[in-house]
Amino acid sequence: MSTQTLAQPAASPAAAPETTPITGAVATLQALVAEGVDTIFGYPGGAIIPIYDALYDFQPELNHVLVRHEQGGIHAAQGYARSSGRVGVALATSGPGATNLVTGLADAMIDSTPLVCITGQVFAHLLGTDAFQETDIINITTPVTKWNYQVTRAEEIPEALAKAFYIARSGRPGPVLVDITKNAQMQTFDAPAYERCTHIRSYRPAPVVRKEYIEQAAALINSAKRPFILWGQGVVLGKAEQEFKEFVDKSGIPAAWTILGVGALATGHPLNVGMLGMHGNYGPNVLTNECDVLIAIGMRFDDRVTGRLDKYAKQAQVVHLDIDPTEIDKNVKTTVPVWGDCKETLPLLTALVERKEHPEWLARFNEYTAEEVDAVIREELFPTSEELTMGEVLQQLNEITGGEAVIVSDVGQHQMVACRYALQNQSRSHVTSGGLGTMGFALPAAIGAKFGAPHRPVVAIIGDGGVQMTIQELGTIMQTGVDVKIIILNNQFLGMVRQWQELFHQRRYSFVDIQSPDFVTVAAGYRIAGQRVDDRAELRSALEKMLAHPGSFLLEVMVTKENNIFPMVPQGCSVAEIRLR
Amino acid sequence: MERQEYNITAYTENQVGLLNRIAIIFSRRKINIESLNVSPSEIEGIHRFNIVIVETEEVVEKLAKQIEKQVEVLKVYYNTNADVIWQEMALYKVPTDVIAEKVLVERLLRENGARAVVIRKDYTVFETTGHREETDNLIKALQPYGLIEFVRSARIAIIKASEGFHRKLQEFERREPSEEVAENEFLNDREQVFTM
Ligand SMILES: Cc1ncc(C[n+]2csc(CCOP(=O)(O)OP(=O)(O)O)c2C)c(N)n1
Ligand SMILES: [Mg+2]
Repeated sequence: MSTQTLAQPAASPAAAPETTPITGAVATLQALVAEGVDTIFGYPGGAIIPIYDALYDFQPELNHVLVRHEQGGIHAAQGYARSSGRVGVALATSGPGATNLVTGLADAMIDSTPLVCITGQVFAHLLGTDAFQETDIINITTPVTKWNYQVTRAEEIPEALAKAFYIARSGRPGPVLVDITKNAQMQTFDAPAYERCTHIRSYRPAPVVRKEYIEQAAALINSAKRPFILWGQGVVLGKAEQEFKEFVDKSGIPAAWTILGVGALATGHPLNVGMLGMHGNYGPNVLTNECDVLIAIGMRFDDRVTGRLDKYAKQAQVVHLDIDPTEIDKNVKTTVPVWGDCKETLPLLTALVERKEHPEWLARFNEYTAEEVDAVIREELFPTSEELTMGEVLQQLNEITGGEAVIVSDVGQHQMVACRYALQNQSRSHVTSGGLGTMGFALPAAIGAKFGAPHRPVVAIIGDGGVQMTIQELGTIMQTGVDVKIIILNNQFLGMVRQWQELFHQRRYSFVDIQSPDFVTVAAGYRIAGQRVDDRAELRSALEKMLAHPGSFLLEVMVTKENNIFPMVPQGCSVAEIRLR
Repeated sequence: MERQEYNITAYTENQVGLLNRIAIIFSRRKINIESLNVSPSEIEGIHRFNIVIVETEEVVEKLAKQIEKQVEVLKVYYNTNADVIWQEMALYKVPTDVIAEKVLVERLLRENGARAVVIRKDYTVFETTGHREETDNLIKALQPYGLIEFVRSARIAIIKASEGFHRKLQEFERREPSEEVAENEFLNDREQVFTM
């Protein structure tokens, strides 16, 4: 591993590298400070007490947020990472503390979120003895981490953490876990100045960009009659929003997004034709099977995006830009693979593509949009029925925030509504659990998102089911005073599952009828202001009141019980078979 | 696409836990590993995995990429049997008195290219190397003569088209020498260490 020394006070000439005797716990926290960490989310316990003891002296540089459950801690770290573009950090004790991180690790792994998780572990001499609160967290987390490592000696700590941060944030980002035995936290050693890691010999964060592929891709794009861009979170992770916009603007190609890519190009951009996938927009799905050149950028052709693969874009030639070589040809065969970091490849491609417009082709998307508005969107956003819809809540919210808020959505019907209808003026404005679909993600992730973007309003949109999975994090909100607005879209059902049961299982509503507490009273118990709305006449003012409220606010909106999310590509169907009703 | 035996060769760092990280790439897809050999390569600090599975090329290619993606993996190749020279080694333990008495056995061993590794009064251990059928044949042949124990190694394979591998590895190690493996040095200190 080659390393790069952080700016240090000028060393005396010819002196040996200076070392200072410190404990492993202090070395751990010094590493975090040196990596630029300002906020960590955690929960203490026996095997991590030495680190917590040292943390006492690291206030306020390392703001520690005490969560109510380690799953909440890791989701908060994810929210922080996603809204800020920095590495999220979570801390947990051994055994149950560590296993409570697993869902968040799996979520971060599949959504490429950079995290460093630090777990305490029993003393090294007790490993393998079934000691109190011992669990083999390294082996448990191997499939859901980009890298993990167990430290048994204090001397290993600085280098292990330097590697951890480098691996988490470089290349295709991902979660990393460092497990530190208690003796290593307590041991005193002579610590050299902390060095950041910038290279690991066996690790290639990004493949080398191949000029010939860029040229082939450009030629293909320039010859296309009906080119179509699909973009994903890779654009956001590569911090290449500007480069992407320049590519779209110059090539004049209609572009659609996966739910994790949303906002990389503003929802109001004239070439942004909408959302892909199972509940995406009508035009992008249908026309995927009519385009002649498909340009996929930082997306991985998830099955929720492609529907039936053997009927997916078979007519198209495919250009795939991705930093991760394992994604190329994984699901969809590429004509031209453009490996590399899109921050690097996009400008090269933009330079070679012709400035064009595709008015007739773009008009096709707009025709489908008009059809979708008539069949679905108008009634969803401006309902004529008496009962409130989820869509109108989003519509009213958009009108008030103008698309400036960070939206954090949970999983289910309300998530699809939030993804479909929330206006997004800028990147990193929608945090949601995409690949794993983790119910319970939103409330803690919203807390983290606010710490990561303290100057932006953060609005969590959660279902009545999902909110009860991590509702204890209201305690974290209470104690930290973090300003998170919470909207519960209460349809009194596990709505997304109910929709499937209605459409595909003869309305046999098997265990989707979920009862809820009085959420406003629960919030009051946590000293969080709240209101419940079931009348259209009150919705607008309630939303305004919520957004103007100093501090957190919980707004429960009673929405119609049995609405379905449309359009929909039913499972096993091709994207062209998308249903409007 | 046709399923056939593939030989996956991976060069890796020598790290605790890496075997599991590689093994789960197969088990996650419910693919059975037919044979697995892990041993130090000719370069100190770099290990070589030889993995045999039966799959289509399309699947093997994806697996190979997934393995190479792991932080501590340097390089991965995959080859059909036709592209490698491969061997398995086998050891056979037989009662010495039978061998001594029966001339037939001696001929059998000679025909199978077996070599005596240990000869004791009570038993003799023979060794052969070869393809599976070859090592299998000798089992069948020795069974009537009181075969006591048998063991076969995993497959090792050398790639026919591996021009300059060794030089490349040497050069790689010269530029950036490997790090030492950190192991748990406390396992035998149970009595001395303070616990909470
Ligand atoms: C942890 C977890 N368990 C189960 C599911 C399966 N699931 C997906 S959506 C859904 C219903 C969600 O209900 P609710 O939170 O009320 O949202 P709605 O769909 O009603 O908007 C369920 C149970 C899941 N995604 N995550
Ligand atoms: Mg619900």
